[in-house]
Amino acid sequence: MILLAAPVVAAPEGARPDDPLQSPFLPTVLQLVLPEGARVRFDDRVKVQFPAIAENQRQFPVQVDARAVPGVKRIIIFADLNPIQKAVEFTPHDAEAFIAIRIKLDQRTPVRAAVEVADGSWLVAGGWIDAAGGGCSAPPVSRVKGDWAQSLMQLRGRLWSTPGQRVARLALAVRHPMDTGFVDNVPSYWLESLQLRADGRLLADLALNASVAEDPAIMLMPHLMEGESVTVRGRDSGGVELAGRVAGQSAIPAGAP
Amino acid sequence: MIARRHLLGALAGMPLIAAAPHYRLAAQPVAAGIWVVRGADAPIAMANGGAIANISIIATDAGAVLIDAGASHRHGLALAALARRLTGKPVARVYLTHLHPDHSFGASAFPAGLVAATPAVAAQVTGDAAGFSTGLYRLLGDWMRGTELPAPALVAEAGPVLIGGRRLRLLTLSGHSASDLAVLDEATGTLIAGDLVFHNRAPATPHADLPAWRRALDQLAGLGQQRLVPGHGPVDPTPGTAIAQTRAWIDWLEPALKAAMDAGLTMVEAGDLPIPPRFAGLAVARLELQRSVSHFWPALEAARLPRVGG
Ligand SMILES: [Zn+2]
Repeated sequence: MILLAAPVVAAPEGARPDDPLQSPFLPTVLQLVLPEGARVRFDDRVKVQFPAIAENQRQFPVQVDARAVPGVKRIIIFADLNPIQKAVEFTPHDAEAFIAIRIKLDQRTPVRAAVEVADGSWLVAGGWIDAAGGGCSAPPVSRVKGDWAQSLMQLRGRLWSTPGQRVARLALAVRHPMDTGFVDNVPSYWLESLQLRADGRLLADLALNASVAEDPAIMLMPHLMEGESVTVRGRDSGGVELAGRVAGQSAIPAGAP
Repeated sequence: MIARRHLLGALAGMPLIAAAPHYRLAAQPVAAGIWVVRGADAPIAMANGGAIANISIIATDAGAVLIDAGASHRHGLALAALARRLTGKPVARVYLTHLHPDHSFGASAFPAGLVAATPAVAAQVTGDAAGFSTGLYRLLGDWMRGTELPAPALVAEAGPVLIGGRRLRLLTLSGHSASDLAVLDEATGTLIAGDLVFHNRAPATPHADLPAWRRALDQLAGLGQQRLVPGHGPVDPTPGTAIAQTRAWIDWLEPALKAAMDAGLTMVEAGDLPIPPRFAGLAVARLELQRSVSHFWPALEAARLPRVGG
C-alpha cells in the first residue's frame, strides 16, 4: 500500500507576503517559538530537508543544515500546525550548525527551521509536508505495549570521526515516551534537555519538547580533538536524569556530506 | 484530542467533489478464463480512488473468483459488475491476499460468506484495519463512502481448492506482510502472487519481514508457473522475471540501509542514497526507498547503536 495525499491549496489570508510557504499561521507561530520582537527573514541558505511523504507521522525525519550561514547561535525546528509548534532548540556551542531529528506531525503543516545569527536576527526556511493526522494525539508505541518504564532514559550512541579532522558525527538515541498530554489521561512527560561536553568543553545544548518523536534520535556534528569522547547529560520533565559517554572512533565514510 | 476528531476534521476540510466519484475499470486477458484489472502504477491518491493494486478475475462454473477486492466499497462493486460482464456469472468467492487496504477494503461490497482469507488476516481485520481506514478516508474522502470491511467468514488454507470445476492451489506465506496468500491456477499455470511480487515497480515494505519474504520468493520460484500476476505492475509473461526483480531489490535494500547506518548517515541522507542503475526500470524507486528508511531505521538504531548510558 502507498499513501500519498493530493495537494491542498492554503488560504494565504494573514500570511506574511514574504513567506515562501504562504502559511496564514506563521505570524502567530513566530510569536510562540521565537523571542519577543525577533527580526525574521527567509533565507535559502538554511536547508531544511525531509522525505517527500510522511510515511510515519509519529516519526518524521527532519534535517537542518545551516552550515552555509556564518555565526549560527541557535537552531529551532518547528511545525506551524502542530499543537506543540516548537520541537527542539539546538545551541551549537562547539559544533556545526547541523541537526537531524525525528518529530511528530499532527496534520498537513509547514515544517521549518529558524536560525539565530550573530546580530540576533533569525533566518527561516522550510517546506510543506502532508500528514494524515494524529501524530501528536496518538499514544506512543511504548505506552501501548506498556514497557516504557523498564527502558526509560536508556541511551544509545555512536561517534564517527576521522583523525586530523575536527568535525565528527554523533548519533544519540534515548528511550522516552515523549507524552504530549493529548492522549486520554496520560499527562505530558518528555525528555526536556540534553547537554554534550568533551573534556569539560561545552559542545551543544538541546531543549526538547513533547513534539519530538517518541524515543528521540538525534544526529549532530560536534567539533572534537583526536581521541576525545563525548559525555551526555539529560533530564526529563519529571526530573529523571541520564548520563552517558560516547567514545570510540568509526571512520567517516568518503562521500558523506 | 483523539484520532477520530482529526478524521472528521480532515473530511470536513476536504474540497467537495461535484459528482460522486466513479471507478472506470478495464480488464485485460491473462490466460484462458483469467483477467487482470491493472491498478494505477501510482501511490493511493484522490485521482485514482485507491485503485492501485492489480485485481484478478477467474471464471469458474460456479461463478467468478476475485483475487483481492479493491480499495473501497465502490471499487468492490465495480469489480463485481466487471466480473459478471466478463464471466457471465456473479462473484462466487473473493480471496484476500493480505490486509493492505488497496487490496482488501473492497471486500466491503461482498457478503462475509463469500470472502476468504487466512486466519491471520481475518484476525487483523478487527485490529489493524481501523488504523488503515483513518488514513484512507483522509486521502480518498468520498471514494471511501460506505466502506466497512467484513470479517471474512471463509478460511483460506494452504493446499488445493476446487471451485466450479477449476483447481486453484493456495499458498499461505508471509514476508511482504504478516500473512500473504498466493494463488496458482493449475490449468493455465498462472500464479497470482499478491504483493509478494512487484513487477517493474519498487516493492513496498511497510510491514515487511525481509528474511520471511526471501523464503516466500524461494517457494514461489519453484511452483512451475508459466506466468505471474504481481500485486503491482504489469503481468510477467515469464515464470521468474518479476520474482527475481523483487528479490534483487530487497537483497540490495537491507544491506544498503545497514551500511548507511554504520557509516553515520542520517535518515534523510539514507533516503537520498544512490539507487543502482540496475533498478532504473522500477517505478517509484526513490519514494519506496524513503518509505523503507522510515520502516526500518528505528529498529536498526536499536540494533546497531551501542548502549552508552542511561
Ligand atoms: Zn501490500
